[in-house]
Amino acid sequence: MPYSELLVRPMREELSSIGVRELRTPDEVDAFLNEKTGTAMLVVNSVCGCAAGMARPGVRLALEGERRPDRVASVFAGQDLDATARARAFIADIPPSSPSIAFFKDGELVYFMPRHRIEGRDAHQVAHDLTQVFAEFCAVPATT
Amino acid sequence: MGTFHQNKGELHGITVIVDTTGPEIFVGRCDDMDARGIFLHDVDVHRDGDAGRSKEDYVKRASRFGVFKKYDHLMIPRDRIASVRRLGEIG
Repeated sequence: MPYSELLVRPMREELSSIGVRELRTPDEVDAFLNEKTGTAMLVVNSVCGCAAGMARPGVRLALEGERRPDRVASVFAGQDLDATARARAFIADIPPSSPSIAFFKDGELVYFMPRHRIEGRDAHQVAHDLTQVFAEFCAVPATT
Repeated sequence: MGTFHQNKGELHGITVIVDTTGPEIFVGRCDDMDARGIFLHDVDVHRDGDAGRSKEDYVKRASRFGVFKKYDHLMIPRDRIASVRRLGEIG
């Protein structure tokens, strides 16, 4: 059963405030994940403080780096049920996990950080792993 | 910010591997551990040798992607537990 929206709103805003687009419906998920060019990161947000409390700041820190994905979005597990189910259908071979982070290049899943790789770690450690993924797959921004 | 749970052990909320003294090995999210045993959520179980995979083969795969749960909740009695490890610590 979903938690009160009052409780969840700050957890949504922790990501949306840094430019992570929140996908609330299956159609929004389809539109995001059916775009196959470039790099995309999908965060499966979660209420659980044991892991999500480190995942969100870890994502924020990683996105502050020089390299970042072309597109970043989130779905909220346990809250936006249809959107989350639709997102998981795109990576059906991967066991459901929340929080978790999926990274796509040209529409292909190239990296997945399941919940157990977030648990017990701090935001800097999560960010470190993501930064390595960005370094491998994301282009260096053009200088003007 | 998130929800936090008081009065639980250090493994609360952590995905663990529970190896047993028998052929079964379990992966699940620990709720708590006490004198009776360990209480897990979203639990998968593997029997040594099933699908041609040893316990360690199973653990290696679980450490990369996680597991598909077979049970919502499970309690493993203490006298059957050989070891408890964090899945996230498997290289």
